[in-house]
Amino acid sequence: MPRLPRPITVEGPPPDPRPLRRKRRRETGAAWAFVSPAVLIVLGLSIVPVVWSLLLSFQASDLVTPSRWVGLDNYRALAQDPNFSQAVRNTLLYTVLYVPLSLLFGLALAMVLNRRIRFVGLYRTLIFVPFVLSATAQGVLFSFILDPEFGAANSVLHRLGVSSQGFLSDPSQALLVLVAITLWSGTGFCVVVYLAALQDVPQSLIEAARLDGAGRRHLLRHVTMPTLTPVTVFLVLWQAIQSLQVFDLVYVTTKGGPLGSTTVIVYFIWEQAFKNATAGYGASAAYVLAVALGLVAGAVRIVRRRGRHRLEGARS
Amino acid sequence: MTATTTRPATANAVATRPAAVRRRPRLPFSPWHLLLAPLALVFAVPLVWLVLSSVMSNAEINRFPPALWPSGVDLGGYRYVLGNAMFPRWFVNSLIVSAVTVAANLVFGSLAGYAFARMRFAGSRVLMGLMLATMAVPFQLTMIPTFLVMKKLGLIDTLGALIVPSLVTPFAVFLLRQFFLSLPRELEEAAWIDGCSRLRVLWRIVLPLSRPALATVAVLTFLTTWNDLTWPLIAINHDTQYTLQLGLTTFQGQHHTQWAAVMAGNVITVLPVLLAFLGAQKTFIQSITSSGLKG
Repeated sequence: MPRLPRPITVEGPPPDPRPLRRKRRRETGAAWAFVSPAVLIVLGLSIVPVVWSLLLSFQASDLVTPSRWVGLDNYRALAQDPNFSQAVRNTLLYTVLYVPLSLLFGLALAMVLNRRIRFVGLYRTLIFVPFVLSATAQGVLFSFILDPEFGAANSVLHRLGVSSQGFLSDPSQALLVLVAITLWSGTGFCVVVYLAALQDVPQSLIEAARLDGAGRRHLLRHVTMPTLTPVTVFLVLWQAIQSLQVFDLVYVTTKGGPLGSTTVIVYFIWEQAFKNATAGYGASAAYVLAVALGLVAGAVRIVRRRGRHRLEGARS
Repeated sequence: MTATTTRPATANAVATRPAAVRRRPRLPFSPWHLLLAPLALVFAVPLVWLVLSSVMSNAEINRFPPALWPSGVDLGGYRYVLGNAMFPRWFVNSLIVSAVTVAANLVFGSLAGYAFARMRFAGSRVLMGLMLATMAVPFQLTMIPTFLVMKKLGLIDTLGALIVPSLVTPFAVFLLRQFFLSLPRELEEAAWIDGCSRLRVLWRIVLPLSRPALATVAVLTFLTTWNDLTWPLIAINHDTQYTLQLGLTTFQGQHHTQWAAVMAGNVITVLPVLLAFLGAQKTFIQSITSSGLKG
């Protein structure tokens, strides 16, 4: 029960416990009514599907005819499927390129934008705007700009005397081009998060360090960076999870091609479940991905805890 | 001290800024512009090109090397997209799905968030724990069974299939709960003791104080719903039920050479989000950074 405020003016009779109990029972009823829509959706379309997916991953199913129990066969097949291992390799390469680059560019731009210069608001807007575009819109736009024949990119290269590039149609470039597109749209997110964090760096700390004779490099190394650590950890986790789950952009631009060079894990899952009618196989791949995401989150959490201990140790 | 010479009204505004920054004289031209201006251009050029190409004629685009600047405004692309193609229909579909999803998340998220924040009831801890746990579940894990559930309900190929799974997200519940917990209890308790029902307390006292949190939920729900492609791609087959994102990518696949029309469709697809962002930039950026930092 919430604490009851003491009556100030009129001293009433002592409260009767019965209506209170009735009120509490009514309270439980009301509370359940309040949470029931949320509980229904979350249970029905999240908890149940998690278990269902697990069961599905032990079956051969096409989502139409009754499915057949196959035990661990799906997982065994995954381990030997060259398409799946290629999807894993592509996804990891994409993540390993995108996450550090987006953080690096994001931090650098945020530090520049944290200065008091004119048009900072305009710069920030321009850098952030691509982030609100859907992956579909980005994909369609860049399919056009990078079109080998009709695209502006090759037109510009032609004028500069550089030979035409294949971009998304070139197996050796396609994945790198996807990373570049995502950097175009995703860097702005890192910029605004880092900017918010930079503005939270206590000014008194900077003043104190300056009085102690710290130069610009020392300030960055010993004052700014340590206060940015939690944000950096968050961004690594967030960006890694986003890029391990990349799908829309791939679907719109390359459909996994050319020659499977941009098939990522989620594209593989979607293809198995909804195109090749092998839903059980797709579900097992989804479970592999989910476990991988869980491991990333767990690893980041451990690193963060260690970092916190070290900081606390340094302070005492 | 310079602060003493300024008028009180500005002194108030200045007080929030660190004094050291204030004292530094403003440079007429900072060398950083030499770096920032070209960089900002890199981010802006694709968007400019999107708009420019949507008003080019197909002849301009299809010659080699293609034109970089339109010779005049040709609205043929827009005419085709709005007349022959189904873009108006898809636009309405997207609008319905986004509006209903945002409204439902605000209503159900507030109700559940308030119950978890303020009401004591059997099972509240377990339920809250489950909610939190499901926030970590990736969509790929649930999408196949969710498809089967929607099929059982007969919702596949209807807008209902797009709305029902995201009627209320654990994120909305959690974010609103955290915000409600940060509000002072006294006001609510006084009203409650006076005989107000919980619903009335929530509507009359709590929600008016919670505008920032509600705005965050609305912005993030709108952004993810409007921009989603994966789930519509799975749940919708018939083109009368497409959302804009699904319609745009299908349209692009079918009209490979009509780039002006494709780009006109693309402009229509991004316009609502862009307008919303430019109109409420501060809310957008705050929502996106704050939700991130707390997550």
